[in-house]
Amino acid sequence: MDLAELFQLFDSTMRNATPLLLACLAGLFSERAGIFDIGLEGKMLAAAFASAGVAAWAAAPYVADPFPGQISGLGLGWTAAWLGVMAGIAASMAMALLHGFASITLRGNQLISGVAINFLAAGVTVLVGEALFSMGGQTPQLTGGARFIGLTLPLADTIGAIPVIGPFYRDVLSGQVILVYIALLMVPLTAWILFSTRFGLRLRAVGENPGAVDTAGISVTRQRYAAVLICGVLCGLAGAYLSMGTSAAGFVKDMTAGRGFIALAALIFAKWKPYPALWACLLFGLLEAIGSKYQNVDVGAFVIPVQFMQALPYILTVVILAGFIGKATPPKAGGQPYVKER
Amino acid sequence: MKKTLPAWADVVLIPAINVFLAFFVAGLVVIFIGEDPIRAMQIMINGSLGSSYGFGYTLYYATSFVFTGLAVAVAFHASIFNIGGEGQAGVAGIGVAIVCLSLDQTHWLLTLPLAVIAAAMFGAAWAAIPAYLQAKRGSHIVITTIMFNYIAAALLVYVLNQVFKVPGSMSPESRRFGEGAQIPRLDQMADWIGIELSRSPANISVFLALLAAFGVWVLIWRTRLGYEIRAFGFSDKAAVYAGISPVRIIMITMLISGALAGLMAINTVMGDLRRLNLDSVLGAGFVGIAVALMGRSHPVGVILAALLFGVLYQGGAELAFEIPAIPSQMILTIQALVILFTGSLENMVRFPVERLFLRFNRGRA
Repeated sequence: MDLAELFQLFDSTMRNATPLLLACLAGLFSERAGIFDIGLEGKMLAAAFASAGVAAWAAAPYVADPFPGQISGLGLGWTAAWLGVMAGIAASMAMALLHGFASITLRGNQLISGVAINFLAAGVTVLVGEALFSMGGQTPQLTGGARFIGLTLPLADTIGAIPVIGPFYRDVLSGQVILVYIALLMVPLTAWILFSTRFGLRLRAVGENPGAVDTAGISVTRQRYAAVLICGVLCGLAGAYLSMGTSAAGFVKDMTAGRGFIALAALIFAKWKPYPALWACLLFGLLEAIGSKYQNVDVGAFVIPVQFMQALPYILTVVILAGFIGKATPPKAGGQPYVKER
Repeated sequence: MKKTLPAWADVVLIPAINVFLAFFVAGLVVIFIGEDPIRAMQIMINGSLGSSYGFGYTLYYATSFVFTGLAVAVAFHASIFNIGGEGQAGVAGIGVAIVCLSLDQTHWLLTLPLAVIAAAMFGAAWAAIPAYLQAKRGSHIVITTIMFNYIAAALLVYVLNQVFKVPGSMSPESRRFGEGAQIPRLDQMADWIGIELSRSPANISVFLALLAAFGVWVLIWRTRLGYEIRAFGFSDKAAVYAGISPVRIIMITMLISGALAGLMAINTVMGDLRRLNLDSVLGAGFVGIAVALMGRSHPVGVILAALLFGVLYQGGAELAFEIPAIPSQMILTIQALVILFTGSLENMVRFPVERLFLRFNRGRA
């Protein structure tokens, strides 16, 4: 394997890791506040559909006087993509609100709510997609301003001339779509919010000991809703990236393909911490890149089947959960509805 | 804890309202799509119950859902959420295939019991690792069983490609089972006693499912072990105080749960597909969650809920055929709404109903 091939692998690692990272940080906010969220997958899927659908509509040509049955688009340029992102975030937040209502207000089972949200998204996206576009649950191909294209970072070609780090900058770091950079920036931002602000302190406190927060006169309900909504925003970005920032350029049914659960795995792997979450997502992104580039990996003595590579994130998570390599301890009040004492 | 609700309200009224709400919202979705929900319902009921052919398919789906529903229900009694039925049933399919492929020169009367044992053992084995990790290492069983679903999916693809695939064939599936591993379909059995039914995949597993449901009822409400499972589910601390070992209860409950999920493979792999391929589970493991919630974890409730979902699956297929604007994802949506309303939003109905009863009782006193 030469350097170019390796960088190609890293390039797809970055692209694979982005939705994982956004969803993983989304789960981080929610679970740190004590709300288990196995509905990351569903929120991402709903967002992927809403953003692709709205972007396609916004970029379609404007018809002043549509004949019956014809739908006029908005005829927007590059703003169409951003309108799509907004729609994705809105769809994801609506699902997050549902999860919050079930698990915070009604004190229902958070895991069951998450399961329901995953199925709901899988069903509704195709139903609505079929009703709107009649394309078997897909959205129209996104072109032009309706999708994100890679940005060339400054001086990519100049720095690219430097051996080794040059091509790394040019081929791996540069040329990604803007959502990739947003995802990367979210890591320090999340760390700062959680560990350096009053909001973050309270958020972590409701996840560890909500009773203490309540005693201090701070609303546990409001704090948890805030966390769940932030989770919705980040899942919305993750979904928007999937349908608008990748080569898919549109929504295909079930396009999240278990990424919500890999993100969940990464969250546990990272022990609910932002920077380790970045490394976990990059690792799982690399595994995915290797799995899709090479069918079976020949390591001399024996051949690692591609299925093993695909299962590796899950196996690693189980190992971590089992506590054989460092113990992953979830937030103490996770999964428990808070009942105010009377 | 004060009982505010009479038993009938708890067991019948609240679930009925919740299921009604789920279907009401589903009807709204159909209206939003621009179709007539009443007509959609008629097509579904006609397609699933209107003919012996349709009813056969309904029974076939319902059989699978009884197994996976019971699997989730048994675990619920111990307050364990086994979300891994999908993987357990998938791995059990491998066990069924091994028995069937090696014994299909004999007779199904010999193959069936051995395949049942294999299905139960493979299913239980796949549940055993998450159970052990929960019991001994405190790893959250919901997460580990989700992970094991994905690991099972990868394992199944690997096994199909590397072990079972017929040489020269491209498709990842085993060879077709011979005569000796083909269990009788219901229409064949009806033929023995001179009744004519149209051909459908419903098979002898229907009776196995009823037997399993009865067995679960006996286990949970008529044995000491069942009592311990329920006690543990109600309060694990109190159970420990009463001398019940949590490790033992978690392990046994999950083994039973995994075995029940595994039995589903008899119905699909042996009863219908007659080979092992990637279509042996197809989400039935997840339907079990909805079935158990709707059936309130009681075997009778599970059977009724499984039948309802059988109607939905078969009727939904007919519906997608008759009205292409309503694809089969409608079923997934209804499934989600049922899980939502009978599961996580249950208190939305329970709180007001409780208040109503409280006011009514106070008025009478």
